[in-house]
Amino acid sequence: MSLWGILAINSVAFGGLLFLLSAGFSLIFGLMRIPNLTHGSMFMLGGYVGASLYMTWHLPFWLAALGAAAVVAVFGGVIERLLLRRLSGSILAQVLVTLGISFIVADFCLLTWTGDPISPPTPPVLAGGVRAFGLFFSIYRMAIILVACVVAALLWTLLDKTRLGAMIRAGVDDPEMARVVGIRVSRLFTIVFCLGAGLAGFGGIMGAPILSVYPGLDTDMLPLALVVVILGGAGSLLGSLIGSFLIGLVYNFGQAMFPELAYFVLFLPMVLVLALRPQGLFGRQAS
Amino acid sequence: MSALALAGIDAFYGDSHVLHGVSFALGEARLLGLLGRNGAGKSTCMNVAMGMLRPRGGHVTLLGEDVTGKPPEDLAARGLALVPQGRRIFRSLTVSENLIVAARRIQGNGTHAPWDLATVTSMFPRLKERSRQIAGYLSGGEQQMLAIGRALMSNPRVLLMDEPSEGLAPQIVAEVMATIRRLKEQGLSIILVEQNAKLVFDIADDIVILNSGRVAVMDTKDRLVKRGLDLHQHLGIY
Amino acid sequence: MIPPRLFVLALALAALIAVPWWVPGDYYISVSSQILIYAIFALGVDVLIGYAGLVSLGHAGLFGLASYAVAAALAGGSSQFGAVVLALAVALLGTAVFAALSLRATGIGFIMITLALGQIMWGLAYRWVDVTNGDNGVGVAARPMPFGLDLEIASNFYFATLVVFLLALSGAWIFVHSPFGASLKGTRDQPRRMTALGYNVWLIRYFACLFSGLLTAVAGILFVYYTKFISPPTLVLTSSAEVVLMVISGGSGTLLGPIAGAALVVIVKNLASAYIERWNMLLGAIFVAIVVFMPEGLVPGSMRLAQWALKAIRPPLPAGGSPSGKAGAP
Repeated sequence: MSLWGILAINSVAFGGLLFLLSAGFSLIFGLMRIPNLTHGSMFMLGGYVGASLYMTWHLPFWLAALGAAAVVAVFGGVIERLLLRRLSGSILAQVLVTLGISFIVADFCLLTWTGDPISPPTPPVLAGGVRAFGLFFSIYRMAIILVACVVAALLWTLLDKTRLGAMIRAGVDDPEMARVVGIRVSRLFTIVFCLGAGLAGFGGIMGAPILSVYPGLDTDMLPLALVVVILGGAGSLLGSLIGSFLIGLVYNFGQAMFPELAYFVLFLPMVLVLALRPQGLFGRQAS
Repeated sequence: MSALALAGIDAFYGDSHVLHGVSFALGEARLLGLLGRNGAGKSTCMNVAMGMLRPRGGHVTLLGEDVTGKPPEDLAARGLALVPQGRRIFRSLTVSENLIVAARRIQGNGTHAPWDLATVTSMFPRLKERSRQIAGYLSGGEQQMLAIGRALMSNPRVLLMDEPSEGLAPQIVAEVMATIRRLKEQGLSIILVEQNAKLVFDIADDIVILNSGRVAVMDTKDRLVKRGLDLHQHLGIY
Repeated sequence: MIPPRLFVLALALAALIAVPWWVPGDYYISVSSQILIYAIFALGVDVLIGYAGLVSLGHAGLFGLASYAVAAALAGGSSQFGAVVLALAVALLGTAVFAALSLRATGIGFIMITLALGQIMWGLAYRWVDVTNGDNGVGVAARPMPFGLDLEIASNFYFATLVVFLLALSGAWIFVHSPFGASLKGTRDQPRRMTALGYNVWLIRYFACLFSGLLTAVAGILFVYYTKFISPPTLVLTSSAEVVLMVISGGSGTLLGPIAGAALVVIVKNLASAYIERWNMLLGAIFVAIVVFMPEGLVPGSMRLAQWALKAIRPPLPAGGSPSGKAGAP
């Protein structure tokens, strides 16, 4: 029984990380219709930068995490303003650019941090665990779940309760009309892209004590983000949240129970959802 | 100085040449009715004026400034607003959110109080009742009111209205026209596109009739009425 | 007077045939074979991206499926010919299934489903150790000897590959210029109008997928004979991404574009890597540069540049030239 318990906790924690990764992707795709194939690289970059800030520069963990998020957010902003902005509407060019950038980032990370996996130690204040109900709860994993929920709440507040959030949602509904009404949609795009990138980077460093940071982390995480967004529907925060925890469960339990068919178990639901309901479980627009 | 002027506009949708050298001007505090058959190019004129479609030739002048090729948000900031064909309200936002995202504060210009959430909702009491409702669930007439209110929230000096009476019950149409009359009295310069020529003739100061992307008739309403203009010829079924 | 285009193409063909003579050494001849193999792969992917308007990020899965089929068949004692036939059949079957699932969506949905399917194939190759030998991969003992020609020799293998490449290119040319190809382009540009006209858009796309799968399978078969080894990294997401990038950077919707793109990537991978350790970064930078300066791709972009240069060199028209003021394109 305790094995299932540990799996469950790990799944929920992993789901939290997935949420940090995919919420940004969902927002970017929902608003800007850009499939940001650099998103996995941003997760990985955040992990590397955060690990360096924490381990080499000895910043406190929370500061390193925020710093990593900021660095990746700025990086995202630069990509959006300099490159993606001129490519709106051209999906092939967007694919080419975002994949090209992911190649550059992957090699840059290899160059800077070499090929050995980096495993930052769990910050001491969150280390260890608690025994309850006959199960062992890792404090760090609980912290991740808590952080993911806090971020979800903050994002929800931003989107639902602020004028900026209403403008973003208007842009998702009808980008042309949003501009007619005076909304500076291009500025909005940059903000959303930075936010999404920053979230991914934040997820990368938060996940680092558990997943480590290694070359190939980007291509490991990107498909998962896509699965979550497909299941949950692009542009839907609730969809990302539920999708993330669902996928977290499927991924971990699937790995444990059917190691040979791990990817099958993971991607089959996505294929089925796409086949039956192309806009995802919570998505709004049709294509 | 005209409020809004199109000069020699050539516009294309892809390779299809839709507007041929269209020129007309909206006078300040006047209402210009833009008429024409289906497909004559009326909405295209509105799209060009609002910056949604970049003309391949010609100029758009707003309040004396050449704004050709500027994006819609720049035009909105300069006092131009559009009530588009089909309403196009933000379906997943609430009524008040629809209004808030369009808000643009300006200093009072003396003639009337600036438009804000309070004044707009008092002009359209039904919107006030439904302010927390999701806009996608409003009736056609309520959506039309919302679209007009949203346009007013940016405190425009020039208002473009594209077929506001489309698909509405006669009673609601009457309300819409009364609203437009009120706005005109407050000094707004308005271009009204309508299929229903009678509605337009009741309220307009100037008339422009488009035919296959060209200006066929352009004059003040009074002079046209005196000329006894045969509308059938230009507008088909009347 | 031979039209200039035909002349250039004939020259290129002659150069290709003469490769073993003007290319310095067996290693470079092998690289040339690799370029041709990936060119076939890229042509297959371009059928979908350029002509059907469907971007697939999972084609490495089909590519690898064909390779694994050959290796497994040979390991099971089949003849070379039997292995090739089996691989074609298996890959086409796989394509039939993939296409049926993927075509439930278009646009971004199609990209996502194909990515997922590609990942599933990779996962199976990696984890289903009983069948695929997992990370250790499967080796191929010997290349075939068609008509007594020993393909272990680099130049012989190159010629065999060249023959297959020319056949594939001809097939693609016929496909694209056929009425079916025209209707495929119609579904890319105006799907709703095509449906209104009575075309079965889904079926047209489905057949395009099958043809694409066929070319991909051919490339996969050549590949496993080239490397004499197949393992999971060949099916990884990055491989699917690379072939898509070959097509887009070379110029989607053209026949020469994928070939140029394949040459670009293979050359950077194999040759630049001798001088630059981080060649992936170089490749990525090249892709970004292409998007900025030649977004339509290398081949169309270069042709555009060439036309511009020719116009600049040509003497100006006498007074009263063409009424539209623009020189007509040939």
